Amino acid sequence: MRDVAVIGIGMTKWGELWTKSLRTIFVESALLALDDAGVDKIDSMVVGCMSSGLFVGQEHLTSLLSDYLGKNPVPAARVESACASGGLALRQGFIEVASGMSDVVLVGGVEKMTDVTGCEATFALGTAADQEYEGFHGLTFPGLYAMMAVAHMHKYGTTREQLALVAVKNHDNGSKNPLAQYPFKITVDGVLQSVLVADPLRILDCSPITDGAAAVVLCSADMAKKMKKPVIRITGSGLATDTIALSSRKDMTWIESTHLAGQKALAMAGRKIGDIDLFEVHDCFTIAEIMVTEALGIVEKGRGGRAVEEGLTSLKGKFPVNPSGGLKAKGHPVGATGVAQAVEVVKQLRGEAAERQVKGAKRGLTQNMGGTGGSSVVHVFEAE
Amino acid sequence: MPNPARAWREYPQRYRLEAEKCTKCGTIAFPPRLVCPQCGNRKFAKTKLAETGKLLTFTIIRVPPDPFEDQAPYAVGIAELEDGVKLTAQVVDCDFAALKVGLRVRLEFRKLSEEGEAGVIYYGYKFVPE
Repeated sequence: MRDVAVIGIGMTKWGELWTKSLRTIFVESALLALDDAGVDKIDSMVVGCMSSGLFVGQEHLTSLLSDYLGKNPVPAARVESACASGGLALRQGFIEVASGMSDVVLVGGVEKMTDVTGCEATFALGTAADQEYEGFHGLTFPGLYAMMAVAHMHKYGTTREQLALVAVKNHDNGSKNPLAQYPFKITVDGVLQSVLVADPLRILDCSPITDGAAAVVLCSADMAKKMKKPVIRITGSGLATDTIALSSRKDMTWIESTHLAGQKALAMAGRKIGDIDLFEVHDCFTIAEIMVTEALGIVEKGRGGRAVEEGLTSLKGKFPVNPSGGLKAKGHPVGATGVAQAVEVVKQLRGEAAERQVKGAKRGLTQNMGGTGGSSVVHVFEAE
Repeated sequence: MPNPARAWREYPQRYRLEAEKCTKCGTIAFPPRLVCPQCGNRKFAKTKLAETGKLLTFTIIRVPPDPFEDQAPYAVGIAELEDGVKLTAQVVDCDFAALKVGLRVRLEFRKLSEEGEAGVIYYGYKFVPE
């Protein structure tokens, strides 16, 4: 396998982008990434998108997006693993370059979610769960994570305030990210008084509905060294799956797929969790970040809530989690999220994260998951 | 509107709680599968789910998906039945305040949702406190 580097990153402002179509938001981010890399010719492209079919009635993104990017007849693939589609696209691009099959690969993620009503979006997102045995009973994604929260609170004594602190922390970070959908601070009281969505989760525990895209350009590390850019290598990649239904899990308070993907990625990189300077993780709901910090081994089982309270995962803490603002403040265009996490980590490792820069960051980790943890992708990035 | 086949092919599970028991390790698969998730065996014998159990977790859905709009707020939970099977269903005939982990429940046959005026009416099981 060859060493793989990220030589270009691109992301535009996320939000409710009513004046822009799916193809436009994708091409804007892809062009930024290509310009940042200083390359024009790509050997291949991989796109992560969860459900353009349900959100905008459009499939066949390989043709559409390569066409509007002006890159036909470039080989293109679209991959889907629910909310982990972006992370999966990154992994497929990584494999293509590492294997020697392609030298330069554009990896993009996109989701256009506000062309449908809230109810329709809830339904589209619900397809990441078991439609016949979870959705059939009226369950929603906030509902599934709410049940994980109730189980975690029951088993470990995690508190309602600790959940709120995750959202407060991520909005603090997001207030320093001009590309975030909600770049402003919120308070614990604000979270606790916001409207209930699925008890005990309130609207400010939930990541929003977002239009957005992100892109990165990958090439072999040898090729990257000849360019005049800081070389950021992807040193580890891990992917794991678990049961689709939450009820089938051995332990509903533990995300096994994230644990396994994290271990694989760290083993490939030859690193331990303590070697990592910053983390971009999948905080689709506040409880998710707490459970992910446990599954990755940043904290012990059951300690995720207390870690937030103690500031361990804040921007100036020992293990900064979600310096970008996370899914909570930055937004969660589901297929784009995994790629945007890579964009943030590369920015941090280049020292380009301005106000939210983690000082001296040399190594970063991304964790992206589908559904309630039915799939997880983890990557490790390192600066030279 | 989906083909009604999508609903009726699930009737054995949803109407009669039919499950499959692995002939090798005894794991009960619900809904039925072709491969035992525990031991990989591909042979099963028909069995019926236990009808009582206790809640492992629950929530109250305040923002429902389309087909459940007229029902919200409603409770949903995961219960572990006496035979060890874990199952997701609505919890009904119960004050929200009475919901707690460990609550004893039994399965009852109920209407779940319907597809408009002319579409399929979906039935299945729900949890009711014992």
